[in-house]
Amino acid sequence: MTLRADLAVIADLVNPEARVLDLGCGEGELLAYLQSDKAVNGYGLDVDADNIRVCLDKGVNVIEQDLDAGLSNFADSSFDMVVMTETLQSVKSPEQLLQEMLRIGDECVVTFPNFGHWHCRAQLLLLGRMPVAKHIPHSWYNTPNIHLCTFRDFENLCKSLDLKIIERRVVDHQNIERPWGKLMPNLFGPVAFYRLGKTL
Amino acid sequence: MNMTPPADSVGLVTTQKFVYEQPFALCCGRDLPGFELVFETYGALNPDRTNAILICHALSGNHHAAGYYESDSKPGWWDSCIGPGKPIDTQKFFVISLNNLGGCHGSTGPLSINPATQQPYGPDFPTVVVRDWVASQALLADHLGVQKFAAVIGGSLGGMQAMQWSIDFPDRITSALVIASAAKLSAQNIAFNEIARQAIASDANFFSGHYSEHDQTPSKGLGLARMIGHVTYLSDDGMREKFGRELKSGDPSQGGDVEFQVESYLRHQGQAFSQRFDANTYILMTKALDYFDPAREHNDDLVATLAAAQAKFLVISFTSDWRFSVARSKEIVNALIAARKNVASAIIESDHGHDSFLLPIPRYVSVLKTYLNRIYRETCEVSK
Repeated sequence: MTLRADLAVIADLVNPEARVLDLGCGEGELLAYLQSDKAVNGYGLDVDADNIRVCLDKGVNVIEQDLDAGLSNFADSSFDMVVMTETLQSVKSPEQLLQEMLRIGDECVVTFPNFGHWHCRAQLLLLGRMPVAKHIPHSWYNTPNIHLCTFRDFENLCKSLDLKIIERRVVDHQNIERPWGKLMPNLFGPVAFYRLGKTL
Repeated sequence: MNMTPPADSVGLVTTQKFVYEQPFALCCGRDLPGFELVFETYGALNPDRTNAILICHALSGNHHAAGYYESDSKPGWWDSCIGPGKPIDTQKFFVISLNNLGGCHGSTGPLSINPATQQPYGPDFPTVVVRDWVASQALLADHLGVQKFAAVIGGSLGGMQAMQWSIDFPDRITSALVIASAAKLSAQNIAFNEIARQAIASDANFFSGHYSEHDQTPSKGLGLARMIGHVTYLSDDGMREKFGRELKSGDPSQGGDVEFQVESYLRHQGQAFSQRFDANTYILMTKALDYFDPAREHNDDLVATLAAAQAKFLVISFTSDWRFSVARSKEIVNALIAARKNVASAIIESDHGHDSFLLPIPRYVSVLKTYLNRIYRETCEVSK
């Protein structure tokens, strides 16, 4: 089973038989892989009826739950890894959710589209228009993305919340390592990938 | 029936009977000297005997879940979901549906003759609880050569049976589908059951349950109990849509005994129900609902209660169901996650209240079908 490149990066970080919670699990691609190849005890949260049906078809433990309603039903440190891929930008309270993720999980992985990418900056600066790019495909009037941010913004938030950044990567769906992205992620990285841990 | 059954129906069905001739110990401490269960089956058991599904009925249900009787134009109570090509696909699965112990549709219950007295049991029929039903269903499964069910499915009180199966016989079910149910009733829910029981008890023809000795039935009380229940199975929006404030005469100045459509509907439902159901069974079934609380034996710890379960769970609830609300289903889901069990959940948008679980709501049907197809691929095709 081949996994989308950015998800494969996450899958590599998960230990066999780990407990994994995937927030906004979509069609359950990551969890289906982790269940079959790593015997992971995983759950995915989603609210989209089509996504949930696809997850059921794959045998993924999908729970219909709205992230904006909070995660208070999950106990402290009940998961080894809490994952949220490209969902942070569309939730109501990213700040609270990040804290909740690290309350529930020992570690978490967060990915989001980088609004500081040169493509976005150029559109706003040169054309005076809200950016639309491959990694941020919606127009301003129909976007689900209400909390877009940049690498730098996110790191500032982690600092103020006292969250430990274990690892930072630049990814895209093809996961082609672009040297510029590595060198200047905030300008050239399309999708930000952060691995966070608890500050001891 | 006078018409040909639809192509997606299991067609004409007949009732079968399972006779258990040994003493059967109940949770209340009393024994039944033996019992009979009436049941129906749809579809065929595969050679590996891996494709059986058990349907557990709710408060007023019975064994006639699908298909038609020769004499009747209406199909079984869950015909919308059971049949060829339907979510519970009888081309894939061997489906068993029974009338539970204490029922009034042919299984041993208050209407049966007590061999000790040669009189109907009536109110002296022993208290049966969900656990007793599950134990008797397991004996029926043995009788039919089913060691392990691909799925045990039930809505409401039926969902409680599916949960109890996963706890009492963890190695005998692959999946439990718990629909519009709860791990235990709330005080409000018990209150509605008590009002229903009191409605029956207050009927002058009830005679403390010994009505058959007086050749009477407490049909008014039972009808009233059903009317109360019926309101709690619907939603405010659903009733507004179905009845509004429509008047039968169209003239509000007429007054009259039955003026609003909803009044006439409820009276009809109550009356029809009182003719096809037994009051002592109704009391017994509502008590089984009230007493269901598997966590009680584990210091009220539902997570510990479910620890032994091996089944995969699917928990479904409906947005407008306030008798068995979405929150009750979430309690089950949360406990299953904490117990590290395989569980999936869906919350179906519906205006039809608790009754939703009996209706062919497109997303609900799709969720059931997708899930059961997956179960079939995992448990029945692999073993080929």
